[in-house]
Amino acid sequence: MNLRVGTDDVRSQLRHPMKFARGLGSAKHGVDHWWVQRVTAAALIVLGLWFLITVLSLLHADYAVARAAVAKPWNALLLILFVVTAFWHAVLGLQVVIEDYVHTRWKEVVLLVAIKFLAVLGALAGVLAVLRIALGV
Amino acid sequence: MADTQRPLSPHIQVYRWQVQMVSSILHRATGIALAIGTVLVVWGILALASGEAAFVQFRTCIGSPLGLILLLGWSWALSYHLCNGIRHLVQDTGAGYAIPQFVRSSWLSVIGSVVLTVVIWAFVLIGGAA
Repeated sequence: MNLRVGTDDVRSQLRHPMKFARGLGSAKHGVDHWWVQRVTAAALIVLGLWFLITVLSLLHADYAVARAAVAKPWNALLLILFVVTAFWHAVLGLQVVIEDYVHTRWKEVVLLVAIKFLAVLGALAGVLAVLRIALGV
Repeated sequence: MADTQRPLSPHIQVYRWQVQMVSSILHRATGIALAIGTVLVVWGILALASGEAAFVQFRTCIGSPLGLILLLGWSWALSYHLCNGIRHLVQDTGAGYAIPQFVRSSWLSVIGSVVLTVVIWAFVLIGGAA
């Protein structure tokens, strides 16, 4: 904090340093958003390429073959990771887009909550479906 | 507080298009497209879990002319967001910010995405014969 601000001014000397920090400082989130966006991005390089190759390898697979492929433990695990990471990364990205372009506060908040609900719904539906395939239920 | 005296951000209609700007806009646009594309992925997995009838319906939909056009778009969006995403991760280390490097890496993302898309669909077409 810059404590030199107006030190010659008597009123400034009487003001507690907290006065300058309150309302301007940390929102207690720091670089979380930025960092998680990068970590999920790095994970999605690997998971996205794996997903692409897996889909291409199953291009002409019939139902039984495709289901058996997803049921393999490693494929099931990676598919769950891909779905969860993709939705997570998507929500972080969409959040920034909404914050940048939606200037009516209530619409912004509604959209921010809506994308989170939809992402959790989509991710859980995907994970549950993979588990059903993997466990054969 | 908006200071109306200062110049506003250059509007795209009066701003000379440059590849750095295109690569940035495309990253957002493809990101939004891919977010919507996750729904398709979940649809596919749900169909696979539900049974053969649902899976055949899913395949028929994505194999239709409209489905293939959307898949072409999504495959390019994925390719672009992947290439440019790697570029941004490299830039996050502080590298590549000199203007010539920045322009070069922008072109690399655009060209790389087209190459990757062509590779994907070449594989599909060759695999289609087998």
